Amino acid sequence: MPLAKRIIPCLDVDHGQVVKCINFQNPKSAGDPTEMAKRYSDDGADELVFLDITASSEKRDIMRKYVQEVAKTINIPFTVGGGIRSVADARLILCSGADKVSINTAAVENPHLITELADAFGRQCVVCAIDVKRNPTTTATSANTKNTINTPKGPVWFEVVTYGGRKPTGIDALTWATEAEKLGAGEFLITSMDKDGTKDGYDLELTRNISEHVNVPIIASGGAGEPKHLYDVFTEGKADAALAASIFHYNNYPIPKVKNYLHKMGVTIRQQ
Amino acid sequence: MANTTIFDYGAGNLLSLKTALEKTGLTTTIATTKEDLTQADAIALPGVGNFTASLEKLAPVKETIHTKATQGTPILGICLGLQLFFQTSQEGPGEGLALFKGEVKQLPATTVKVPHMGWNTLSIKKPTELLEGIAEDTYVYFVHSLYPDPKDPNIVATQTYYGQTFTSAIAQKNIYGTQFHPEKSGEAGIQILKNFAKIIVR
Repeated sequence: MPLAKRIIPCLDVDHGQVVKCINFQNPKSAGDPTEMAKRYSDDGADELVFLDITASSEKRDIMRKYVQEVAKTINIPFTVGGGIRSVADARLILCSGADKVSINTAAVENPHLITELADAFGRQCVVCAIDVKRNPTTTATSANTKNTINTPKGPVWFEVVTYGGRKPTGIDALTWATEAEKLGAGEFLITSMDKDGTKDGYDLELTRNISEHVNVPIIASGGAGEPKHLYDVFTEGKADAALAASIFHYNNYPIPKVKNYLHKMGVTIRQQ
Repeated sequence: MANTTIFDYGAGNLLSLKTALEKTGLTTTIATTKEDLTQADAIALPGVGNFTASLEKLAPVKETIHTKATQGTPILGICLGLQLFFQTSQEGPGEGLALFKGEVKQLPATTVKVPHMGWNTLSIKKPTELLEGIAEDTYVYFVHSLYPDPKDPNIVATQTYYGQTFTSAIAQKNIYGTQFHPEKSGEAGIQILKNFAKIIVR
């Protein structure tokens, strides 16, 4: 049997509480990190991702506390991201019990950080998160300098955006992923900013293109609204893992139900 | 109560292994010195870091581990900890613990994505106490780029397929090793660690 496709619930955490954001804005409280981690783990989640959006000087203490609690409670792997800017930040998270750290804006601004983290903890600990926005390839300049992908809606290129989607960088996501892999990224978490919060399905073209560009696993994120979307991203999107938040948070589609569906559709899935 | 001594290579996450072992009813000690290991009822070599870099940390306790292995102390190697049981590794220079003959090899990055990351199944090759209650095709969690290739096929307890078939667990007398992470493998992983705990108190 081949390697199973992974289902990864994502928990956005603000001041130690899980929240759900739509298009990276308007947080809405959804529960306690440890309780939700336990529930998802019992439900058959393959892995968990915590993205910390806390803006506070006590952020490090808050994070250490719930990361330790989560680590004591579950025995499946989990990743923590949000504001990790140095090896020291990552060490704090990993020594509190997380298995991987995810870096995003900090990696774009200081690509060498990826190498430092990979050297310190091994590349399997380093998840490079990339937030991406589609841009139509209209001008001759973008056609010459960017990887243009033909989509049903016309030619586009994929731009890396930072600071939670607020800052366009002009960087081509495919070029950045290739570079980040060389620097030591062990996995990519690719979030479509166009799809995030829409429940409209993943950006399949984005996921597939990145997956074909690099030789490390890809976690697709942004847009999951129903089980069919996960099927699409595993097959057409060539993702190794699918991340989702709201479809699991409010129990619309419990994990066993999603996994049953995927199994019936012929996707290799770990069932308990 | 039996105690497991976890040897600390100085990097990464020992906490999850410590927590998981404690869930089985064992007490744990984190060890960095020869003295700590000498007194151990059982030893766990966890799975973090790089082969060559870890050998440096292992050098002062190499003899102690050999002595304990010969005395019959249960030893469990996880991921890199298992790889260190062998002689050499394609990850870098240096001689491992050489408890077993064989080389640690790179997974074929030309045909599959490396690292091999996620849940994959066990094909059981021989009965061992470590895997009691573990059914054929049970899913366990892997994160690795290299795998052990033992010279002696009799030590192979399970195999797993990822681009090729590789040894995913070994068992020989009091020496056990898993290429996957039982401490991250949900209920199946806890069962395996419980089995290890049973072996210790036996």
